[in-house]
Amino acid sequence: MLLNQFLLLAAALFAIGVYGVLARRNGVLVLMSIELILNAVNINLVAFSAVRATVGGEIFALFIIAVAAAEVGVGLAMVLLLYRNRRSIDLAGIDQLRG
Amino acid sequence: MTDLLTLAATTASGLSLGITEGGSWLLRNAWLIPALPALSFLGILFFGKRMPRGGSELGIALVGIAFVLSLLTAAAWIDHRDNFEGEEVHRAVAAAEGHAAEGHATEGHAAGHPSLAVHNTVTWFELNDVTFTAGTLVDGPAVMMLVVVTLVSLLVHVYSTEYVAGDQRYTHFFAFLSLFTASMLLLVVSENTLQLLVSWELVGVCSFVLIGHWWEEKPNSDAALKAFLTNRVGDMGLIVGVTILFFTVGSALPGQFGSFSIAETNALAGAGRLSHTALLVASCCLMAAVMSKSGQFLLHTWLPDAMAGPTPVSALIHAATMVVAGVFMIARMYGVFFEGFSIGGSSINLMALIGGLTTLVGACLAFVQRDIKKVLAYSTISQLGYMVMALGVGAWTAALFHLFTHAFFKACLFLGSGAAAHAVHSFDMKSDMGGLRKHMPHTYRTFVIGSIALAGLPPLAGFWSKDEILVGTGGWGLFGGTGGNGAYTFMLVMGVTTAALTAAYMTRCIYLTFFGEFRGHGTPHESGPRIVVPLWILAGLAIVAGLLNLPKGFPLVPGSLQERFGHFVEPVAAYFPSISHGTPSWSLAIASTLVVLSGIAVAGWYYFVKVEAASKAAGESLTELPDGLTSRYPLAKMGHTFLVQKYYLDHLYTDIIAGGTKGPVAAAAYKVDQDVIDGVVNAAGENAVKAGNLVYHRFDQLVVDGIINTSGRASSGAGGELRKIQTGKVQDYAAILFAAATVLAGILIVIV
Repeated sequence: MLLNQFLLLAAALFAIGVYGVLARRNGVLVLMSIELILNAVNINLVAFSAVRATVGGEIFALFIIAVAAAEVGVGLAMVLLLYRNRRSIDLAGIDQLRG
Repeated sequence: MTDLLTLAATTASGLSLGITEGGSWLLRNAWLIPALPALSFLGILFFGKRMPRGGSELGIALVGIAFVLSLLTAAAWIDHRDNFEGEEVHRAVAAAEGHAAEGHATEGHAAGHPSLAVHNTVTWFELNDVTFTAGTLVDGPAVMMLVVVTLVSLLVHVYSTEYVAGDQRYTHFFAFLSLFTASMLLLVVSENTLQLLVSWELVGVCSFVLIGHWWEEKPNSDAALKAFLTNRVGDMGLIVGVTILFFTVGSALPGQFGSFSIAETNALAGAGRLSHTALLVASCCLMAAVMSKSGQFLLHTWLPDAMAGPTPVSALIHAATMVVAGVFMIARMYGVFFEGFSIGGSSINLMALIGGLTTLVGACLAFVQRDIKKVLAYSTISQLGYMVMALGVGAWTAALFHLFTHAFFKACLFLGSGAAAHAVHSFDMKSDMGGLRKHMPHTYRTFVIGSIALAGLPPLAGFWSKDEILVGTGGWGLFGGTGGNGAYTFMLVMGVTTAALTAAYMTRCIYLTFFGEFRGHGTPHESGPRIVVPLWILAGLAIVAGLLNLPKGFPLVPGSLQERFGHFVEPVAAYFPSISHGTPSWSLAIASTLVVLSGIAVAGWYYFVKVEAASKAAGESLTELPDGLTSRYPLAKMGHTFLVQKYYLDHLYTDIIAGGTKGPVAAAAYKVDQDVIDGVVNAAGENAVKAGNLVYHRFDQLVVDGIINTSGRASSGAGGELRKIQTGKVQDYAAILFAAATVLAGILIVIV
């Protein structure tokens, strides 16, 4: 049974992604970490889909890839604007919404 | 839908609908024609500014293709009308006792049903088990309208390239011209009333945008608003009417909630399967919609104001789109109106009366206008009244034929007036025009041709259609009888009177614009070919269009060339009521021509003889006699003022109805407010104060305030603490999010 290996791989990727999102201060790297999280989910979906011999999961994975592409487009645009305005993409410095 | 539409033998319980799902490719795919201008709208909207000619070339190209397609469709229909022998669609209906008949009857068809309308639908959306379709219903009237709308729109597009050249919203103008055309074409081919309603509203929106094209000036945006709001009044009628029909039809179909299908509605109404009361109410509601959209009396006030829009738009509104939408809607839902108003065999009904009144009222108003476009606007109102009256007396073909011919000569007149106004930079005939005959020979000639066609002198287009309407009233019975659906003598009198008035006011308009001496500033010049060529095309059509429907038995013409228009346009199918036709009458034709000539003679004598002589005597170009009737007789003066004030309808609407609701109602409400309500309130208030004081000291200060203050302090403290986690940093929020997700996942695992 290969499922466990895939799930472990996905879990590892997910954990790396979460670490990246929480710990990195570089905006681009945070976006990349989000991609990792999404792809971890994709691996899960494809793995389950293969085990259950249905295509539902794969279709979902395709949708996620498309949505992720759109999301990263928006994200990079935001990072770009951030850079133009502040000459830095350090997320730690952005705290205008502090309560 | 197809499983509900059952193919049944004519002998079975199924009701024949008069439609088929076969037919040639062009007829089944008529949706392409509205789709082209719609595409042009999107194209111009998104890319127009980048095109070398601001998007106008795209609009002209696509509308041109749509026009060619319409012509091909018309050719296909002419073939289909006589040679098609395909299967007719039948529909199971509930038995008269109220039990459902065996729905899906056996397959079968009766061959040799010419004139079957070509029906093509797709599912639009489904709600529970009710399916709503969208599609096309292509038959004679639809094909005729396709050709007229695309032709007039194409010419207006070409004309506009010169007329609005250099305008700051040139591209925007062409985009909406295309959308306007697309909406009207969609309305024309609509298969169901819901689709009709949608395109009806689209037409309204486009007219709003185009009338208010130069919105920087307040009167223009006011006019656009007035057009839009007046149409809203009628649109409510349309929505209510369509809804009533939806449920009424549903009650006659087994196992179905309702139906928007035009063919089903008409066929059921024609077969007497629908309640007469429901049809009458629905007809009245739909009539309200026609009154607003087609500028019928009482709701016509927006139409003359709509002249604030650019002239090509006025031409489009008056000739092909917008105002004829109402007339077309009646023609489309004729089964409903025919039964609802009992048109056959009566001598008066709401539709004929409104049409007749409108035609007279509009013609009278045209006499007192200074603005050349307003003369034409009131003339349109009058002619639309003619069409509605014709539909009201059952002369369906005559009404549609008049719509057809009117489109050409009215577009010609509007574009001509636009050309004249373009040259003198004003629409005012009295102060800025006159003598244009010498300066603008092409405009002058086409305008005169259009006017003669409008007045209805043989052999120009307007004569044939007007004569057919007069015949269709059946009111000539006193002089030998013309048949028709009833004895609408009253309508005949109104029609003939209007014919004289029309001839007279057009004579006045021509004199003021083209004769006498030029009263404006500078020297007017003839327009360029992009204006003159459309004028001549329309003038040519205004001459010959009437020959399409020569009456039966016309001498010197073979029978195969008589009544061609009626033959191909009037449906002979189950969804269309069986109307009877009037017999053409020589005596009526001669009498109406004499009436028209007398109208021209009276106005001509006044202007070309009296005013001309007075001008010579005074040494300047006059527009009226200095000592005319209105200055000599107070009664005539009153009548004149009454007309100038447009029957005081605008005052009625804004001052009496709107102001009345504001004034007296507000005063009454204020009085009730002060005396009754305040009295009660004051008494209650005084007692409440006493009780309140008691409660305040004993309960409020101690108990309630204590609780409130404590909770306030608590939330303030909690807020102060919680404030610290609102760091504003996205990663801190993400950390909280992940932590929460982890905790929730943990709980899930523990519980499940």
